[in-house]
Amino acid sequence: MSIKKNLIDPIFNNNPIALQILGICSALAVTTKLESVLVMCLAVIVVTALSNFCVSLIRNNIPSSIRIIVQMTIIASLVILTDQVLKAFVYDVAKSMSVYIGLIITNCIVMGRAEAYAMKNGPVMSLIDGIGNGLGYSIVLLFVGVFRELLGSGALLGIEIFKLKNAGGWFQPDGMFLLSPMAFFLIGFFIWGVRTWKPEQVEH
Amino acid sequence: MSKDTVSRTLIVAVSLCVVCSLLVSGAAVSLRPMQIENQKLDIKKNLLLASGLLKNSKASKAEIEKIFESVEAQVIDFKTGEVVDVDPEQYDELKEARDAKTRYNIPSSADVGKIRARAPYGKVYRVMENGVVSMIVLPVFGKGLWSTMYGFVALAPDTKTIKGLGFYQHGETPGLGGEIENPRWLAQWSGKQAFDEEYQPVVEVIKGSVDSTTPGNTHKVDGLSGATITSNGVTGMMQYWLGDDAYGPYLAQFRQGSAATEFDTSFETDEEVL
Repeated sequence: MSIKKNLIDPIFNNNPIALQILGICSALAVTTKLESVLVMCLAVIVVTALSNFCVSLIRNNIPSSIRIIVQMTIIASLVILTDQVLKAFVYDVAKSMSVYIGLIITNCIVMGRAEAYAMKNGPVMSLIDGIGNGLGYSIVLLFVGVFRELLGSGALLGIEIFKLKNAGGWFQPDGMFLLSPMAFFLIGFFIWGVRTWKPEQVEH
Repeated sequence: MSKDTVSRTLIVAVSLCVVCSLLVSGAAVSLRPMQIENQKLDIKKNLLLASGLLKNSKASKAEIEKIFESVEAQVIDFKTGEVVDVDPEQYDELKEARDAKTRYNIPSSADVGKIRARAPYGKVYRVMENGVVSMIVLPVFGKGLWSTMYGFVALAPDTKTIKGLGFYQHGETPGLGGEIENPRWLAQWSGKQAFDEEYQPVVEVIKGSVDSTTPGNTHKVDGLSGATITSNGVTGMMQYWLGDDAYGPYLAQFRQGSAATEFDTSFETDEEVL
């Protein structure tokens, strides 16, 4: 496995959300605004990469009977660290994310990668794998976030793109896009798109 | 030694816990001052945003501090409405409201917002302009669907006209109840009349939109669609805090005080130019 393959593969070929169907929960929760999507993506990339790295470093010393707890402890510590740093440096964004940063702990991607990859591979490759999977997660979140914010509030990153009807413009925002079920539909469209492009991902 | 023996398992578990706890507590302790400062600044910013003194929600720290110089904080006793000799910097009304020893349990007959408990004293922020109070800003909180919503209400010196409303902390559903943060919705509050003739708080969030031709529309604000419980929570919050069990006595005193001094702006409404 080359570094490049490790980094690029999870984006389309082996996307954690689209193919492995992991991490759906947070993809629904934080995607109403693009700004929170960006922070969430960054946080997940950092946490997945570092947790993979740390788990891989001590993988030969982790007794198999407590390996899940060990991974969990490492992930939880990293998430708390991330949350503290965000609260200290970008308070406004951290506030708008409320509990969702903390919920990265329960994001299946992080733990899934630690268990499936970092336990068997070296630290550097695990780090790259973590970044790659974080990117794979990010691309889906960005896709969902762009549609939800644009069609749900007529804006991107809080900047008005379509002038809203109740502000004297022409665009009637679709409140459906702000509700969680819409994220399911959008992820569905994303998976449809990816599988049309790469038919080998279709399950039979 | 195999890595699966009992002693090895214990060693790994203990050392991992020590390393992780050191990391986490180290970060928490070292970043704490910055976080508290951010929090305080955020509350100040939201106070200024609610009162309309600050328009740009991305204002820098220096800008916020500069505008905040015109704001004077006081601590008042809710029961009498009198100012008490307590340092507003030191008084944490939210902590006092949580503490079973100090808090005042709101009698259920007065508890229109299901708030249950508040501190015995409250804070009042007076915005001064050339030595005269140009606005009174009151910190308030109320129960929404999921969370407690914390915010500020700004009143004109006549104590009846709402100048603005803003929330600095809540956990309502983004896109539905979370729209209480929407500047467009909040803007509606400006100019609404909080009280009826007897100075009972009547301002409310209704279901649907306000018809400007119906009587009493100055007391009504458009509801948030898909967020009835949050909307009702805002109504309850406003009516409780402006009522006799909370800031009512203070506002009554303020009215008397300003009636006694010569400036009486009560019915000189601005003429509509244009």
